[in-house]
Amino acid sequence: MKQLALEALDAAVQRGVSYADVRVIETRDRQVSTKNGKAGHVSSSVSMGLGIRALAYGCWGFAATDDLTKAGIEAAASLALEIARAGTLAKKQDVLLAPEEKYEVEWVSPIRIDPFSIPVDRNVALLLDVDRELRRNPGVTLAEGAMSFERRRQVFASSLGSLIDQTRYLSGVGYSALAYKDGEIQRRSYPNSFGGQHQLKGYELIEEWNLVANAARVADEAVALHAADQCPEGEFDLILDSSQLGLQIHESIGHPIELDRVLGSEANYAGMSFLTLDQLNRLRYGSEIVNVVCDARPEHGPGLGTFAFDDEGVPAQSTDIIRNGLFTGYMTSRETAAAVGQARSNGTMRADGWSRLPLIRMTNVSLRPGEQSLDEVFDGTDHAIYMETNRSWSIDDKRYNFQFGCEIGWEIRNGKRIRMLKNPSYSGITTEFWNACAAIAGPQHWMLWGTPNCGKGQPEQVMGTGHGASPARFSRIKVGSAYAE
Amino acid sequence: MPSDGRESELLPRARCADVFARVTAEARALGFADVEAIIAAGSSALTRFANNAIHQNVAERSANLSVRVQIDGRTARATTNRLDEASIRQVVEEASALTKLQEPDADLLPLAEPDDPPRVARWFDATARVTPADRAQAVAEAIHLVEVAGQTAAGIYSTSEAVLAILNSRGVFAYHPETMAQFSITTMAADSSGWSKASACNHQDLDPVAMARAASRKADASREPAELPPGAYNVILEPPAVLDLVGQMFGDFSATAIRDGRSFLRDRIGQKLFGDNITIHDDVYHPLQASAPFDGEGVPRRRLTLVDSGVVRDVAYCRQAAALAQTKPTGHGFPLPNEYGEAPLNIVIEGGPTSLNEMIASTARGILVTRLWYIREVDPYEKIMTGMTRDGTFLIEDGRIAGGVRNFRFNESLVDLLSHVDALSPPVRASGEEAFDMAAPAMKVHDFHFTEVTRF
Repeated sequence: MKQLALEALDAAVQRGVSYADVRVIETRDRQVSTKNGKAGHVSSSVSMGLGIRALAYGCWGFAATDDLTKAGIEAAASLALEIARAGTLAKKQDVLLAPEEKYEVEWVSPIRIDPFSIPVDRNVALLLDVDRELRRNPGVTLAEGAMSFERRRQVFASSLGSLIDQTRYLSGVGYSALAYKDGEIQRRSYPNSFGGQHQLKGYELIEEWNLVANAARVADEAVALHAADQCPEGEFDLILDSSQLGLQIHESIGHPIELDRVLGSEANYAGMSFLTLDQLNRLRYGSEIVNVVCDARPEHGPGLGTFAFDDEGVPAQSTDIIRNGLFTGYMTSRETAAAVGQARSNGTMRADGWSRLPLIRMTNVSLRPGEQSLDEVFDGTDHAIYMETNRSWSIDDKRYNFQFGCEIGWEIRNGKRIRMLKNPSYSGITTEFWNACAAIAGPQHWMLWGTPNCGKGQPEQVMGTGHGASPARFSRIKVGSAYAE
Repeated sequence: MPSDGRESELLPRARCADVFARVTAEARALGFADVEAIIAAGSSALTRFANNAIHQNVAERSANLSVRVQIDGRTARATTNRLDEASIRQVVEEASALTKLQEPDADLLPLAEPDDPPRVARWFDATARVTPADRAQAVAEAIHLVEVAGQTAAGIYSTSEAVLAILNSRGVFAYHPETMAQFSITTMAADSSGWSKASACNHQDLDPVAMARAASRKADASREPAELPPGAYNVILEPPAVLDLVGQMFGDFSATAIRDGRSFLRDRIGQKLFGDNITIHDDVYHPLQASAPFDGEGVPRRRLTLVDSGVVRDVAYCRQAAALAQTKPTGHGFPLPNEYGEAPLNIVIEGGPTSLNEMIASTARGILVTRLWYIREVDPYEKIMTGMTRDGTFLIEDGRIAGGVRNFRFNESLVDLLSHVDALSPPVRASGEEAFDMAAPAMKVHDFHFTEVTRF
């Protein structure tokens, strides 16, 4: 793979570029699912190809191919240059890049158990054990479970002289119980909705979650929701579990801090951001206890956004995004850093495969844990609504107004759950919400969640991002408007 | 005219036959006969612009071979993007190994039998040959128009060519080449924006400059947006807004989803759920539609009437769901193995005689919506959806557009929405961001629920 990367880099450089980089990627993945006592989707795939990114005539050109013959590589290099030249027909200024060092590194993400060493029948058997437990409750009408595993080796070579060989292992697991009854559908998921938990780990992730032991509770809650009261509408103190808070961070902090979005690159699709450049180091994003980092380093944890180098050869870094409530940083690339006069990219450029151009993507955007115990988060208010596990999510194209729905809620009186609530939802304006943050639980309750399905870019790319959070409480939040009459 | 008798060079039929012959030979060598292959190839390019300049400009080409084997009531799938002999051998071996580790499934049917679908001509040689310079020139002209108006443009112009073939050892050989072009543009003024998007199999059916002009006019007309309170409004949804919102429900017109209890149509088939003026088909052969006329097992797609004058009538059946229901498959199944079954993907919503201008003229007070954004399901059975308006939201007063308004969040049941339609326009091929392109009309709707207002 290194030889292919260097051949492709040479092919681009020989055609006359001011900068070029190449990513050769080989992936292997496995998908396993079960449904109501049977195997569902059982499949595996392998893929290998390369993408050439060339800066010539002051414009970018990118061409990707799975034809890895000499002729195929030469054709891709020619096409990248042809595309760059075409860009001059609508160019305002030459692309400039913030400086970066050259690196020669090999890095493999640490795993305890190679997921591909586990036979697929063992994957299916575990999911069917969960399935049986879920369907012991006769109210469960649909039990679904899934696992996914990926090994991705990427060799990056650039005209700066970098040659970076990274291998990342990703694992994911989750299941859900759906209960249909009398024209109503309720669902509970574990350990999270929309595919469960995903991390930069091997098969050990699967063994960490006590999948079978939690199935009966998950099933019981799905069925019990039918008899639960509807979540009330009004302003309440709101407590969120860490998985829902992870998605709240993703949507209302992670996306607005993408500097390419701020500068207009995504205006036609994902939208722009309320975090205009004048807000940096001025905006009170949240209350004093809100501290958020964007951290791709392995020491942050095994997140979907953890790596050694990003996809333009910049080392993984940690950047303060919100410090004691103050907005202090964006996620940047070499191009956007240069555009706003910053000395260096903070290393967030990522592509979802060999065929796509790297974009600024969330790495691990995490809320630092607070200092309170979980009891203090719940006891600090005499009346609150507690919500768990995302069911729906939506936010406007500048990331002001959001609405989230959760699978389950409870009314909390004096720190105690007094009744289950179905169809809970809440909504608000991003900065008002984060400024209402009143309590954050401590590090023992902090979990680095994986969001495997973040879409951005044209053509769209799907990326995995990480979000660490502890349960937290927010004061006087609008609840229930999704079901308002 | 499509194709002129020429054939896509990406993946000719003969190449598919050669690859499949190798697949079947490898399968025989491993001692089994039932094998299916999905062979796909694509070449696509996209010129992306923002801040009145091209900023991301990409191209990619790829091919895939996906093999499913069936052994004694078991099945599994393996996929590779390498089509050399060694890779074909490996992918057949991998599919075989995965399959042998499965438990038998009594509901698994034998491989599909040949049933040639009608061919649809959707491959255009000229579109397959569009160059980076062609796209850049069209983009430059669109940008120029917007820039002269004092606005900022962002968007894409893409062209692509794709070939899909499904073959199996019972003799199925379904083959479909297609080209596709898309242009979309967002135009931004100081406090407003406009948008336009279209797609076509023939790039010559797109008019980027006219689309830029339409988007620019929307941005201009929505300057200094007023803030209106949330509430129930008369709303006119342009076709892309109808597409993105109503398009959220068609995954529920699936026999498997209904059996699983995850469809809002569970216990509602045959009921009159929507207004008399709502009739919806799934019709891959419709001239405003695109994509292959066969499903994931190579079964020809049948035309369905999903909703007939408000009554829920047909739903899609894959082969397995059809066997369980003792009916015929409709040609809407996903590739096996899968847990979702099937879905209609080629929607045609019948329209009415009322033009968009006539809808506006007949509205004393209401909201005109250009497009919707970030639509998600709030309630799966009431089919309540939430989302935002975006890029051109207007107040209508006394039959005229009175000006722009700040964008709203909505929470609206699709059952209610399609029961409150007062007028429909003739359908057009609509293109959005949150549902498959379809033939959709504009709709004028009463009691549409905006629940919040955002800051712009």
